[in-house]
Amino acid sequence: MAEMVKLYIDGKEVEVDKDATILDAAKKVGVHIPTLCYHADLSPTGACGVCVVEIEGSPTPKRSCCTPVAPGMKVTSNSKYLREIRKALVQLILSNHDVTCPTCPANEHCELQSLANYLGVDTDGLPTVLEKKPIDETSIAIVRDPNKCILCGRCVNVCNDIQTVSALTIADRGFDATIDTFFSLGMGNSACVNCGQCTVFCPTGALSERSEIDLVWDALLDPDKVVVVQEAPSIRATLGEEFGMEIGTVTVGKMYAAMRRLGFDVIFDTNFAADLTIMEEANELVERIKNGGALPLITSCSPGWIKFMETFFPDLAKYVSTCKSPQQMFGALVKTYFAKESGIDPSKIVSVSIMPCTAKKFEARRPEMRDSGYQDVDYVLTTRELVRMLKAADIDLKTLPDEKPDELMGMYTGAATIFGATGGVMEAAVRTAYWMLTGKDLPNLDIEAVRGMAGIKEAELDINGMKVKVAVAHGLGNARTLLTKVKEQIEKTGQSEYAFIEIMACPGGCVGGGGQPKGSTFAMRARRGEGLYKEDRELPYRKSHENPAIIRLYDKFLGKQGSELAHRLLHTHYFKRSNLDGACVEAVTEKHVHH
Amino acid sequence: MTIPRMHVLFPFDPDTLLSGVKEFEAALLKELKKRNLENEVKVLETGSIGVTGKGILMVVYPEGVYYSNLKISDIPRIVEEHFIKGRPVKEFFLGEVPARFVKREKLGLVREQRRVVLENAGIIDPENIEEYIATGGYEALEKVLTSMKPEEVIDEVKKSGLRGRGGAGFPTGLKWELTRKAEGDEKYIICNADEGEPGTFKDRLILEGDPHKLLEGMIIGGYAIGASKGYIYVRGEYELSINRMQKAIDDAYKYNILGKNILGTDFSFDLEIKKGAGAYVCGEETALIESLEGKRGQPRNKPPYPVTHGLWMKPTAVNNVETIANVPPIVMRGAEWFRKLGTEKCPGTKVFTILGHVVYPGLIEVEMGTTLRDIIFNYGGGIKDGKKFKGALVGGAAGVFVPQKLLDVKMDFDSLKEYKAVLGSGAILVLNEDTCMVDMLFSIIRFFKHESCGQCSPCRIGTYELYTLINKVRSGEAKEEDLEMMIGLSEVMNDSSFCPLGQSLIMPVKSAIENFREEFVAHFDKNYRCEKCRR
Repeated sequence: MAEMVKLYIDGKEVEVDKDATILDAAKKVGVHIPTLCYHADLSPTGACGVCVVEIEGSPTPKRSCCTPVAPGMKVTSNSKYLREIRKALVQLILSNHDVTCPTCPANEHCELQSLANYLGVDTDGLPTVLEKKPIDETSIAIVRDPNKCILCGRCVNVCNDIQTVSALTIADRGFDATIDTFFSLGMGNSACVNCGQCTVFCPTGALSERSEIDLVWDALLDPDKVVVVQEAPSIRATLGEEFGMEIGTVTVGKMYAAMRRLGFDVIFDTNFAADLTIMEEANELVERIKNGGALPLITSCSPGWIKFMETFFPDLAKYVSTCKSPQQMFGALVKTYFAKESGIDPSKIVSVSIMPCTAKKFEARRPEMRDSGYQDVDYVLTTRELVRMLKAADIDLKTLPDEKPDELMGMYTGAATIFGATGGVMEAAVRTAYWMLTGKDLPNLDIEAVRGMAGIKEAELDINGMKVKVAVAHGLGNARTLLTKVKEQIEKTGQSEYAFIEIMACPGGCVGGGGQPKGSTFAMRARRGEGLYKEDRELPYRKSHENPAIIRLYDKFLGKQGSELAHRLLHTHYFKRSNLDGACVEAVTEKHVHH
Repeated sequence: MTIPRMHVLFPFDPDTLLSGVKEFEAALLKELKKRNLENEVKVLETGSIGVTGKGILMVVYPEGVYYSNLKISDIPRIVEEHFIKGRPVKEFFLGEVPARFVKREKLGLVREQRRVVLENAGIIDPENIEEYIATGGYEALEKVLTSMKPEEVIDEVKKSGLRGRGGAGFPTGLKWELTRKAEGDEKYIICNADEGEPGTFKDRLILEGDPHKLLEGMIIGGYAIGASKGYIYVRGEYELSINRMQKAIDDAYKYNILGKNILGTDFSFDLEIKKGAGAYVCGEETALIESLEGKRGQPRNKPPYPVTHGLWMKPTAVNNVETIANVPPIVMRGAEWFRKLGTEKCPGTKVFTILGHVVYPGLIEVEMGTTLRDIIFNYGGGIKDGKKFKGALVGGAAGVFVPQKLLDVKMDFDSLKEYKAVLGSGAILVLNEDTCMVDMLFSIIRFFKHESCGQCSPCRIGTYELYTLINKVRSGEAKEEDLEMMIGLSEVMNDSSFCPLGQSLIMPVKSAIENFREEFVAHFDKNYRCEKCRR
């Protein structure tokens, strides 16, 4: 039992853990204290000062986000004096902020904007002191605008503490202080893995995805192009939030309808490719188990994780599945399988994906992702970009009817939909691998041990008497912890206790992806995941190998799993990268080995 | 063995070294040898005596004559007249001294001081541990380790009423008690020798002039709080301090005063020097700790305080150099003796640096509660070149501009507080009638803008806004409301900055504008002629 402390907030008695902050105590007793730099999932930096409160006996106000409670403490959360300080602080921040709200990617999602508005901040009087700094556009995935940065430190904290990538740091001092990368080379020339968590945590528009909205509009409005769209599993669980729906509401039918109204010619679903990934990856797992191949098999669908592995764990590359991510499997098939089946010239096809992810933008542009003979995926839009397009077209998702996707590559199973939550790929793969190894269905399809928000999850499965230990990590800090252990085990004993590991770069998996709506907390991510598990339970097919569209694909096009063609289109290889500037050093796995 | 009839002391500090004291000393030794006086006149190197800006200094005993601004070409005359014929050469005397033999006690800046922490500075050879021991050094340590419990040491320091000399004036005994009582398998004592406050070099004098006194205080402090490891965080520019301190530490290890089983007791203690990289904010104790841990020098939120969550989040006592140097005398002579010095609530002495437009700029140690007038006009010799006094910036850059009418304020923590001023580091910058207060405030704001670490927005942007506003005043574009905005902004910074750096700008800003408002208003006129702002 933790030691409890009793204190008073605005006269209300509250009892909290002795290590709690004043802000925690205020939340518990239902008192709202305005904050700006604070984020529930990060350690407080105390940068902005907006959350100051008065404490009886203290000569100056204290920051509630980082001041611990004390027994008998008497706190005043709001007063004329505190309001004046808060307004002055926001006014100061605005005096050094590039206030371009109408065109800012964070408009209406900006915490500075809403705070200034709610507090009624007056911007008159104080001179503007903004000295414009160049915008960092070196990255394919992320744009950093230092002129909108309020130096809250969230991006640095999430990059260091949660992701352990440490691409970002605070450089320089005082008014010159800025968020920067190694040798100021820019995010595109750093260890940044493009996970985009910084863009989710950034309270303003200082960090955002590199927008491809205009390119997609151009394609949609070009009568010569056939624009094909795929939507990642997690999108259906987050899109609704932006249209006032309950967090975790799955809006798949409305999502297809919205895509049609935007003008996409062919509406497919990444979930189809997720089922395909399971077929290939489960096959790879079964082969490696049967033939004594490299174990543990580590999943490969998260491109942030892949760059992280290439940068920090290149010696584990041979354990990583050679399967491309669902986005890229899909892309390779659109310009081959779909083109052939529909008789459309693949050079006229524009392949667009809607992703929860900024790293997918980087992945789509990797030079090796051109196995169709073209760039397999042309444009990648994040959830946030899609929302802006829908708003531009005045499409209200909430009021749309449920529609169906186009058939060829639109059908999917419950195994595919849970790809969007941490542990989902593991669960889906096990359902199919079990069937491949035993010829029978897994007795209980729900593998609860690998679900939920615990950082590292483990389970031991019984496959016909064979014990198989699996692990799941989400968030790259957790991945680092797990892989360090695996590496040590392999170095010491030549093998790891695990046979199969799932890794997702983002906390919560894709529902918490770097392209998802800004400002989400880990608690919100968990609710989005639950939405996907609910959809899984309600779908007619819950195992990838039962998907009729997948069966047809192998039948008509690929042949069998792991076939020559499957390998050429659906598998990839990896590189070792510099942890200083992220550049490729050398290839560490061979291209398209048929095993 | 021959006993020399004269002693010549050369204070070695950055000031005299830059003036060429080493070359001068070599030339003197050569001259003495030539004249066969080597055995009669002994030449010694000491630490600073607290006099600055007076070139090469030389102190000659038994007379106690202070020479200044010496040149190598003066050597033959001094040797001939003073060393051989016994007639000190008046024209080289330090300052305007009477036409007779000048004793240390009678001489300008150094007269009638009450030296406790500086008792050995400028007298003993700081690089010789035996000279320190010969003056009674390390007796306090021996007393503590052989006859006192840690609690008794803390009790004695508590009874003495010693308060932190870094600026805040927190009771040292209480800080040690809190650290001792805090839970932790390991504890640390850190000496804050970052001395970043502009115009302050009091700690340097102790580090350079009497490093063993600090060392002794550190070991006693370590024993009292239950630490087995201590750090001295010295600003990196203090090369001489660092070298002398390191020599002192090395010698102490050789004498078993540091290391395992000190003086044959059960107590073991290690001490290490860490060099600061020059950031002002690293003088703030939590930023100092972050810097010591190898991180970016940024302050931590307080509470929790270092006494419970300090270095590596272990209980840590962070004490200023001058504070620690007070400990051995307190232990040796007792709390009662200490309380007889200074005022009731602020016992002891205080080292002040006097700078600016005074006759004798430099450093003095006097009792707490000495008036500002006494310090400036008695010890500092008044305003030089016959000019009038205008004001003094008391307490460093984060201090208060004190006008003429407050000259009789007593210089101690509590008396200054009544005037919303602070003792701070004990720096006193004296300004004559020609000083432009707008220009002064500009310099201070520019300093804070430069030294803000950038962690919190009130300080990061606030200092820049103040810089913009003071520039408006300088260029004649300001209005009355700009002055109000400067005060208002400083107040917001005081209420919401993360650490004392941003919190304390209110003091210079408010005191400058309120005490010298006419001058600020005069600058509103574009045609106003100001030598400093409108060159």
